[in-house]
Amino acid sequence: MSNNGRPGPKTPVTLKILRYKPGSIDPPRYDTFQVDADPLMTVLDALEEIRATEDPTLAYRHSCHHASCGTCAMKVNGKDVLSCVTKVLDQKSDVIVVEPLGTMPLVADLVVDMGDFARRYEPAGLSFVRESEYLTEAQTPEGVERYTRFESCIECGICLSACPVANTNASFIGPAGLAAWYRSLQKGDGERADILAAVDSDCGVWGCHGAMECTEACPSQVQPGDLIMYLRREVVKSKLPWAH
Amino acid sequence: MNSNYHVVVIGGGSTGAALVHDLALRGLKVTLVERGELTSGTAGRHHGLLHSGGRYAVKDQESAIECIEENFILRKIAPGSFELNDGLFVAITEEDVAYKDTFLQGCAECGIPTKELTAKEALLLEPNLNPETKLAIQVPDATMDCWRLPMRFFATARQNGADIRPYTEVIGLLKQNSTVTGVHVRSHITGKEYDIKADIVVNATGAWAEKLSEMADARVPVRPTPGVLVAVYGRWNNMVLNRLNRPSDGDIIVPQRELSVIGTSSWYAPDPDRLGLPLDHVERMYERGSELVPGVKHAKMRAAWSAARPLLGEGAAATEGGRDLPRTFKCFDHKERDGVEGLVTITGGKGTTMRAMAETTADVVCDKLGVDAVCRTKDVVLLPYWAYYH
Ligand SMILES: Cc1cc2nc3c(=O)[nH]c(=O)nc-3n(C[C@H](O)[C@H](O)[C@H](O)COP(=O)(O)OP(=O)(O)OC[C@H]3O[C@@H](n4cnc5c(N)ncnc54)[C@H](O)[C@@H]3O)c2cc1C
Ligand code: FES
Repeated sequence: MSNNGRPGPKTPVTLKILRYKPGSIDPPRYDTFQVDADPLMTVLDALEEIRATEDPTLAYRHSCHHASCGTCAMKVNGKDVLSCVTKVLDQKSDVIVVEPLGTMPLVADLVVDMGDFARRYEPAGLSFVRESEYLTEAQTPEGVERYTRFESCIECGICLSACPVANTNASFIGPAGLAAWYRSLQKGDGERADILAAVDSDCGVWGCHGAMECTEACPSQVQPGDLIMYLRREVVKSKLPWAH
Repeated sequence: MNSNYHVVVIGGGSTGAALVHDLALRGLKVTLVERGELTSGTAGRHHGLLHSGGRYAVKDQESAIECIEENFILRKIAPGSFELNDGLFVAITEEDVAYKDTFLQGCAECGIPTKELTAKEALLLEPNLNPETKLAIQVPDATMDCWRLPMRFFATARQNGADIRPYTEVIGLLKQNSTVTGVHVRSHITGKEYDIKADIVVNATGAWAEKLSEMADARVPVRPTPGVLVAVYGRWNNMVLNRLNRPSDGDIIVPQRELSVIGTSSWYAPDPDRLGLPLDHVERMYERGSELVPGVKHAKMRAAWSAARPLLGEGAAATEGGRDLPRTFKCFDHKERDGVEGLVTITGGKGTTMRAMAETTADVVCDKLGVDAVCRTKDVVLLPYWAYYH
């Protein structure tokens, strides 16, 4: 492969990528590609390189390239990760297997239908900004009432893909959705009783088996698994007169 | 629908997003095709700064005026898509201090509100700033969500009847004599090729605009001019921090969620699909960024990447770094420029000026089609982005 303007020594690596195009590559198959990986090259960079030089039909999701938008999640060697911050050489394997996220329906190649994530997540109605809590010693400038910042959850779908319950139960709200309900509770968005009622079921907090795969996989330290446990406690407390 | 005309927009970046929204609101039938995921070109991976215009107030006032106007329109039509954090232009050296009056005068001429702060006041707002800070100027910059903001335009356009087709690449233009009559596309979902007929085709492919227009033997003077951005762990600042001086490398730090993004640099890349990632630029981001906030020097890197500006320019200025090329946008009717009917190109500009770029282009499209419809995008509040999946 010609010099691609990228830094550092190059190591040849093979990517084994799941391909699927309904009606033409159907059933799915794996295609292999070679890339010359440098120390900074991410799996997403490698996919970009393959699309630009070898196969313009390769379909994958991406946008921000810095773990901020949440579009580029996929499975790399079986782990659910953001491809834009997963380095090729950190995989320490000569062959890297790249596959789409689980749980959500497959659209083509590495692209899944995020409508499934939206359906489970959206009822919490979480706005995507929150009050900024950092720089405590700082004052806000005149004319600025308070700083706001974007929510930590980037809605990438990794937790939903990693969750053993969501994998088989389409009506389970799932980790990101339950974490969003917890944030709404914390922020005081909406009636407390309504929020607790929305999650007090087998599709909500009681569906979780406590596998904690979500907290393990979350790239943004949202720790959805822990938040589900907090939410459970709040549901139980609301039923105990002495705990109010 | 107030007309049966069909417009095909090529390119699903911020410009394409705002354009399909505008055209759909005007009652036109519109289809957008994007070769990859929506906003997978430049729009999704830019610095994330809703510009106040301060950066361009001295050397590129037309662009600065566009920025401040659009800044306030976007806040109104897309509430919740911005961190409300304002920005500072910070003077660290005596040379920076000497630039202050020029800067303030530029801002005044462009209608950009400013407020002068002493070093002590600035450090109280931003404790991680360089302790050598001499003074700072507050401006209405803000952090934007580069993915979710355009997605709100797509969501609203879709609700209004627009047909949005990601993973659909234009591989040829349909032509009759010297008139473009549609596009020939390949779906990267089904692998199939097909034609889409159109009364007008709009090329909104940003840094790819020249590649596209060449398919119709038309020309667009676009220079793909990339820059490097580096995201580090930690929210080192709450406000957008800019260096109070002429625009140069690594002189802005934009906080985003729990990251801080340092940018940027500028060079010329002939192929927008192969930008590379010059290591010396990555190092320069750390070096120059730490002049503003010393703590970032040893902050752990979350990501480093390149993105291509679609700058307009020809000749010598364009082949050098591109710093002096204007950030304004331009809409080309290829009938006037190249004798090619049915093709319009919109390129240049900023993420911040996406709505204005769309308005100008939709005016040209309506004019060419003889459709009488006013622009309403200044007032229509956008749907939440999740509505895209409804
Ligand atoms: C380093 C850097 C930092 C920046 N920072 C800021 C900032 O902080 N604030 C700001 O306001 N602006 C910023 N900008 C500018 C801003 O990012 C761009 O002006 C803007 O995103 C361009 O959007 P666009 O929609 O015109 O182009 P793009 O987003 O590039 O969209 C064009 C689309 O066309 C698609 N396409 C290409 N060829 C085809 C084809 N054959 N068929 C179908 N689709 C095709 C591409 O895939 C792409 O998605 C920055 C730019 C750079 C490079
Ligand atoms: S591309 Fe945005 S999170 Fe990876």
